[in-house]
Parts: sequence; structure tokens; C-alpha cells
Amino acid sequence: MELKSEDVQEYLSYQGNPVREQFPSLNQMVYGKPLIYLDNAATTQKPWKVINAVQEYYTTINSNIHRGVHYLSQKATDAYELSRTTIATFINAKNSREVIFTKGTTEGINLVADCFSRYGITDKDSVIISSFEHHSNIVPWQMLCDKTGARLKVIPMNEDGELLMDDYKALLDDTVKIVAISYVSNTLGTINPIKEIIDLAHQIGSAVLVDAAQAVQHLAIDVKDLDCDFLVFSGHKMYGPTGIGILYGKEEWLEKLPPYQGGGDMIKTVSFVKTEYNELPFKFEAGTPHIEGAINLKVAIDFINEIGLEQIAAFEQGLMSYATTAVQEIPGVNIIGRAKAKTGSLSLSVTGAHPYDIGVLLDKMGIAVRTGHHCTQPIMDFYCIPGTVRASFALYNSTLDVDRFAEGLKRAVNMLV
Amino acid sequence: MTINEKQDELVEEFEFLSDWMDKYEHIIGEAKELPEMQEDLKQDKYIIKGCQSKVWLYPEYKDGKLYFKADSDAIISKGLVGLIVRVLSGYTPEEIQTADLYFIDKIGLKEHLSPTRSNGLLAMVKQIKLYALALSTANKVQQ
Ligand SMILES: Cc1ncc(COP(=O)(O)O)c(C=O)c1O
Repeated sequence: MELKSEDVQEYLSYQGNPVREQFPSLNQMVYGKPLIYLDNAATTQKPWKVINAVQEYYTTINSNIHRGVHYLSQKATDAYELSRTTIATFINAKNSREVIFTKGTTEGINLVADCFSRYGITDKDSVIISSFEHHSNIVPWQMLCDKTGARLKVIPMNEDGELLMDDYKALLDDTVKIVAISYVSNTLGTINPIKEIIDLAHQIGSAVLVDAAQAVQHLAIDVKDLDCDFLVFSGHKMYGPTGIGILYGKEEWLEKLPPYQGGGDMIKTVSFVKTEYNELPFKFEAGTPHIEGAINLKVAIDFINEIGLEQIAAFEQGLMSYATTAVQEIPGVNIIGRAKAKTGSLSLSVTGAHPYDIGVLLDKMGIAVRTGHHCTQPIMDFYCIPGTVRASFALYNSTLDVDRFAEGLKRAVNMLV
Repeated sequence: MTINEKQDELVEEFEFLSDWMDKYEHIIGEAKELPEMQEDLKQDKYIIKGCQSKVWLYPEYKDGKLYFKADSDAIISKGLVGLIVRVLSGYTPEEIQTADLYFIDKIGLKEHLSPTRSNGLLAMVKQIKLYALALSTANKVQQ
């Protein structure tokens, strides 16, 4: 399928999705083909608003925060704290003390796991995760278990990629101290019944951490309504800067837990913690943070709010079903993950072709997808496959992108099988 | 034929394939031509680390020359390792060790050599040269 140059021009400026025009990086050719970006679960492209704000920060108010009494420092501090307030509102936190800036999802989970490991967890206790967690939500808990002797328990899933809730209930006993679970699977796209999972854990007195890395950009989140104890996400997957993320924690929890960095080894009792360390949220923000990233995460959230998450969810839902239908028609294609509730990611395998082969050929057609295990090796073991081809959607994609992807996939399959 | 003559032959084959899809079509063809590797040779110790797919490379030393058998669970990786095996199999360890593999650049696969690439063409070349190095060192010790 060679494109004539008029086609290319039309494609690059197409009206299929007007939001696309706000994302300059999407308007380019790769290997002489218009770029089709379907690797949004890995990271999203950035709108002009965010790009311009990065420049604005460094050309106007750059300075260190919470330290200087001078004009610029106050400006930067105000912007930093305003971003925190905006994020608190975005997820409906009780107040901005519950919002901690981190490097990203991974750091948020490590922070909670590390603090928990120093907060009375013993070899009598256990931690629950699910069988489709990202390595970021597996390894920190394994480290906690290594340190404390606690047991790691895993909620199994069915062939469709849905958690087995009865098995989950059976795992819940009074040894469970925390349930760490993704809201949406980055590989299978499954949306977990998160509220039910949280309620059940609370009934036996366990805390719950929600990995919302693949949820915040697709679904409206209300932490009060969910009643989760912790919730983590990354800025770079939601049109914001890279290297910045959020840990939401209930104030009671954040007060109780020891700090993450700095002298943690000596901490044994809660009372010692309370008398020794700074108040929330600063207790968990050691060192100069990613000031520019934190400030500009607000810009990304403003951008999302202007369109509205409800609208985004409805649009992306449409794309997901359109794409599912389109790829299913290609002989040899198997969809991996057939949960009833899905968003964001569409994984597939092709009988007789390695996902790596498909990825290489799609790349040369200008189509960016991800191939491999997506940092979820246990899922690949479950399905006995070396990896999947994953297309993941954002608000700037369109059915035209999906058509090109499906055409490309068909062509790759024909070459390989 | 020398190693360089084999390289020139490959360069010529790829010369008229300007489109990426045609190049890959050819690489897939190369994979299909690669002599089969017995299943019992596909052991973990012959896996080349650093590839997104599994690539096995089995060395054989006969009458002073090194021969290679290779396979992969991904056809493009199999084609790529096939190209290298076609160029380097059947020469002395010294010849293999000192070979300058210019064909990779000339046929436009140089980007595959960068260490951050996941297909491990670099890892394949390294592994072959390592086998050659080990053998030529052993030969020198024997002499
Ligand atoms: C579900 C999930 N959890 C955690 C992560 C890790 O996020 P980050 O690399 O931004 O810390 C990702 C990103 O791929 C993810 O998809």
C-alpha cells in the first residue's frame, strides 16, 4: 500500500480527529510513511499546551521551591502547589496533603511497599496482587516479602483475562495487610471491578493500593468514591511530562507510615516517626523535586478536563470496539484478553508468526505498536506465548489509524504466515 | 569463495530492494532457506541473549573450520542470523575473527546493529566471533 503524496498531505491534516492537530509529534513521516502512533500505553504524545508550558517555565519562573523568599521562588512554589491542588481536585482527594509528587507509578509503588515493609509487617502477614500486574507492581512486593518474610498471594484469572473473584475472596484472611492491584491491565486492557475489590479487602481490614497507570487517562477517578488507601499514576501516560507521577494516599495512612527516604533504618515506632519528620505532603518529598514536571502536569490535566474524561472514555470505547472487529477479521489473529470491560490496550497474537516479526514489519510501515511481554511476563506464561502485539489508544487516534493498523497487520500476516 | 566475496554477493542481492518491505521479504526468504537445525540442538546454552525472540546458534568445528547452525522462533531473526551464518560459516576461526562485516551496513541493516535494538544482530555477530576467538586461542595453545 504505497501512498501518493496528495494522500499523505490529506492524511497528515485529516479531520478524522481534530484533537490530533494539537499534537505536533504526530505530524511526521517515518520511513517515508505517515506515522501512526498506537503505543500510547507506553507513553502518550504531548499537546502544544504542555510543550509550550515547559518552555514558559524555564523562561520565566525557574527557581527552587519552598526555600527562597525571593520573587521567582515564590512564583514557582505557588505554581507547584497549585498543581498539587488541581490534581487533588482531579481525583477528588480530601485535600492536597494527600497528593505526593513522585517520579512515576513505579516510584509510588516502591514508596508504599518500602514504607509498609518498615511498618510492622511480619512473616505471619501476606500481600495480595493479581496475575496480570505490571512488573512494577510485582517486584516491590517481592522485595517487601524478602525483607519481612511475608507471603505473596496472587489472584488467578480466567482465559478471558478477568480476575476470579471467588478465588480472591478465598485469599482474603486476617494475614492480608495490603492488596496491590491495577485498575486497568496494560497488556490485556481488562478493567477490574476495582470498587468491589477494595470493599472486600476493607472488610478484612486490609489496605488497598490501586495502580491507576492505565486508568487515569481513560476513566474518571474519584478516590473518595473508590475508598482506596493509595492510588498511583504517571504523568507521561496522560499527555503530561515524563519523570513526574502521583502517589495519592489517605491522610491517615500517610501520617502513620514512616518516610521513604532518609534515615529510615532507625525507625521502629510510629510515635518516633511522628515526632521526627516533616508534615504532609513534604514528609515524602525528599530533595529538589521535578519542579517543571509537577507544574506542567497541571497543564496536561487542564487539557484532559477541557475535553472531559467522560467524552474521552466514550470515544476510546468506540475505537476499541472498532479495532477489535477490524483485527478479528484477519485470519490467524487471536485477541489476547477478552474481558467484558476493557479500555486502552488491545493485545493480539498471530498463529504461526512471532510478535517480534509483526512489530518489525509494522514499524517499517510507519505503525508504532509495542511487541513483547509488556513488563507482564506472568501473563505470557499463562497463555504460553512469547509475547503479544499491542495496539493502545489515546484521545488523538481515529478509525483511520485503526484502518491503517489493520491493513498493515494483514500485510504482515501475509508475508509471515 | 572468501568471506568478502560472499558479502559482495549479498550486497548485490539486496541492491535492487529499495523498499523496506522488499528487503524484509528477502530476509524472510533467507530464513526459509536456512538448513534446519535439529530440535535436540536447541538447548538453552546455545541461545543468544539479548534478542526479543529466541535465537539459537550451534557451532561445529571440523577439519580446522567453523560451521554454524542457527534457528529462531521469529522468522525475521532467523533470516538475520541466516545472513550471518551464510557469510561466516565454513571458515577458519582466524578468518572469522578478523572478518569485517561491511555487508550489514551496505544492505541497510546497520540500524539493527545498535546495542539498544532488541533483535540482537550485534549479539549474534559477537557470539560467532567469540566462538572463533575461543577456538583460535585453543589452537595457538596446542601449537
Ligand atoms: C499498569 C502499569 N503499572 C506501572 C507502570 C509503570 O509506570 P512507570 O514506568 O511510568 O513508572 C506501567 C507502565 O508501563 C503500567 O502500565
